[in-house]
Amino acid sequence: MTDQTSQAELVRQSLKRRYRKERRFRAYGVIAIAIALSALVILFADIIGKGSAGFMKTTLNLEVELDGEMMYLDDATDERQIKMADFVEPLIQALMKELPSASESDRSAVRDLINPYASVTLRDALKENPDWLNTSRSMTFLAHTDVDVFVKHAGDSAYSIKLTEQQRDWVNQLVEKGVVETSFNDTFFKNGDSRDPSKAGILGAMIGSLLTMVVTLALSFPIGVAAAIYLEEFAPQNKLTDFIEVNINNLAAVPSIIFGLLGLAVFINLFGMPRSVPVVGGLVLTLMTLPTIIISSRAAIKSVPPSIREAAEGIGASKMQVVLHHVLPLAMPGMLTGSIIGMAQALGETAPLLLIGMVAFIVDVPNGFFDSATVLPVQVFLWAGSPELAFIERASAAIMVLLTFLIGMNALAIWLRKRLERRW
Amino acid sequence: MQPANLFILTLALAVVAYGLGYARSRSLAMPMGGIRHLKSLPFYYGARAALWCGIPALLVLGLWVAFQGKVIQMLVIGSLPADMIPDSEGAASLLLSKISNVASGALPPAMVDGPIANAAERLQALRGQSRLYMNALVISVAVLAGFLGWLRIRPRLNARAQVETILKWIFFACAALAILTTVGIIFSVAFETFRFFQKISFIDFIFGSQWSPQTALRADQVAAEGAFGMIPLFTGTLLISFIAMVVAVPVGLLSAIYLSEYASKRVRSTVKPLLEMLAGIPTVVYGFFAALTVAPFISDLAASLGIEASSQSALAAGGVMGIMIIPFVSSLSDDVINAVPQTLRDGSLALGATQSETMKKVIFPAALPGIMGGILLAVSRAIGETMIVVMAAGLAANLTANPLETVTTVTVQIVTLLTGDQEFDSAKTLAAFALGAMLFLSTLLLNVVALKIVRKYREQYD
Repeated sequence: MTDQTSQAELVRQSLKRRYRKERRFRAYGVIAIAIALSALVILFADIIGKGSAGFMKTTLNLEVELDGEMMYLDDATDERQIKMADFVEPLIQALMKELPSASESDRSAVRDLINPYASVTLRDALKENPDWLNTSRSMTFLAHTDVDVFVKHAGDSAYSIKLTEQQRDWVNQLVEKGVVETSFNDTFFKNGDSRDPSKAGILGAMIGSLLTMVVTLALSFPIGVAAAIYLEEFAPQNKLTDFIEVNINNLAAVPSIIFGLLGLAVFINLFGMPRSVPVVGGLVLTLMTLPTIIISSRAAIKSVPPSIREAAEGIGASKMQVVLHHVLPLAMPGMLTGSIIGMAQALGETAPLLLIGMVAFIVDVPNGFFDSATVLPVQVFLWAGSPELAFIERASAAIMVLLTFLIGMNALAIWLRKRLERRW
Repeated sequence: MQPANLFILTLALAVVAYGLGYARSRSLAMPMGGIRHLKSLPFYYGARAALWCGIPALLVLGLWVAFQGKVIQMLVIGSLPADMIPDSEGAASLLLSKISNVASGALPPAMVDGPIANAAERLQALRGQSRLYMNALVISVAVLAGFLGWLRIRPRLNARAQVETILKWIFFACAALAILTTVGIIFSVAFETFRFFQKISFIDFIFGSQWSPQTALRADQVAAEGAFGMIPLFTGTLLISFIAMVVAVPVGLLSAIYLSEYASKRVRSTVKPLLEMLAGIPTVVYGFFAALTVAPFISDLAASLGIEASSQSALAAGGVMGIMIIPFVSSLSDDVINAVPQTLRDGSLALGATQSETMKKVIFPAALPGIMGGILLAVSRAIGETMIVVMAAGLAANLTANPLETVTTVTVQIVTLLTGDQEFDSAKTLAAFALGAMLFLSTLLLNVVALKIVRKYREQYD
């Protein structure tokens, strides 16, 4: 009796310690989750903090005097004259007018506030409207990248401002006058890559991603569904089927860069396909996403209850009719969900595309599946490697666009699953 | 016509064949008293005609597109005067790119030698011819085969059985693509690896402790031979993977335990998707974060503590990689912990153990093999991860275990050796394939072992 009480006493005494341990263990779990979630929050905050300025551009609103004599141009419909004409001078003159404190000797300092691309804007405008010659027009031009950086990040020590004291003074005056303005950066969505950050955009990369994804989807969805149907419904129990399954499971875990090596050796070197084109990128990403799509499609087929098959077989449908008329439509929502997730993976993939040459610096927006192109994640990679902070800003902005697409795709997948998936 | 347009045309022809086949089967059946006298429904006769028309034509088209580039290249090289035929593959690819530049108009013909300008003309002509032949061949195959398929429609023909057999074979071919992909991977790395080991000895590669893949640009250059010892790469990869595991395993495991054992349903349904979001973020974003935020932060922090840290430290790349792998570890351990039978849990709790004691002394040991399998899968993923290390780890192959120093990894070297370099038979590019082979083999081994452990463990409780 005493022995029992003393043991109960012992247990009771140890309880406090054990409960403390219990609480501590719980706290570890909470801390772990907090670490993971805070990493997520920091990551997002960092990207947004770095990139939100990339969605703004700095422009100059100038009243440009299109004086033909000054521009050495007397007929704006003449291609040759246009080519030879001076489109920088009117811009400098217009800006000088806004800066009473600038003297004639400051010309080059004033010119450095204007984006090199601005004269092209002016030339294109004049080409389109030849009658503008010898009139005065108020137009908007891109400011120089250094001005852009100064206006956006004047107080930020991380950014080195390349403007001189005098130039900063001018820019401040111009901002007060409303000549220098920041507005939504539509250039970012309308242009391809460029050496000049304020002119660089993601349209080329977005079209490249779109073309690559079209190839990937067009190939991987039908092939993946067909393979899943075969393995679930028709495959005999034999060594060959086992071998196929082992292969699919292993391919799902092969590092993506290996698929890049495969693409380089087979598609480019063996078949002689061109480098850095969306078709080859799409083929490589197809091979990479196929295992994901096959595995999720098989799960979807498996979840269709046998009663459906039995009912169809019972009224005389052939095996193929059972599958195509009954199982496939019922499994389709699950297959679609899996494919969207696979596509999202492919959209964010970078490494294999580096190896097949989609890292080239490409200014033009691709026109077709056989045009040189780059994709969004690779564009991020290219800009992230630049020493210029203005490009880093663009890279962050491009990441935000990429993440928006990915979150949209995943949300679509979740919505589809909730909306269409049936519980049996 | 472009291959893409030809593809669409072939599909259109198949649709036409479907319509004709459908109509023919009906018109054959009508005099006999309706389609009930047909062996199959008219749909299947049409589908059969469409398959006859489409499949051979698409096969021809695919093969033509796949091989025309190579064949044309060979013809162009073969047509050069004997003294200009390049002796090495590198020279050949250089010459070919010159010729195709001339052909595409990027290089004016006046700027190159006569034979090259001729070759460029020939290249243009061959391309035009190839396109013409391809169009003619594909369209005639489609029409001829479609016509044959249409002609052979008889009321007694079991079109449905034939269509179903063809479909089944197509499905099989799609499934067998997995084998083809694996074979393709093995061949593409094995072939180049073999050529690499003809230049560099296998022993030097595996046991060499020097990695500096600078080879002489010209044959007569005295410059360094270039060292291809993979030990520093391998230790660098292992160091970064180890750091990643140090971050991912405790965080992933503990959060999985908390979510499956303690968290309320509401917490679980919000936290789990958030954790999974970490897995959905592209690796290039992690790379960006590691290179531009974490790495400078670490080197500043170390500097303020008076320690010297590289701006491309292994710690930054490894730590961020660990964050990426957290959801991987946590969802795998979640599966494994949930697979432990409830009876074990109930038995332990009934004996008076607290939840944490049940977890630590009963469930964890029972789930350990599965968790180990999951961790091995995570390691294989860390070893193969590319973008984070390409952006945040360095290029210098240091043999060190100090996480604050720069190390390089196998994947970084593959990317650096293969981007931009056009020449295909130098030891440098071949080395990338040898590294790829090592990477493939080691991840394959890890995956096979891990899957075996996980499967065995599952069977234990099923």
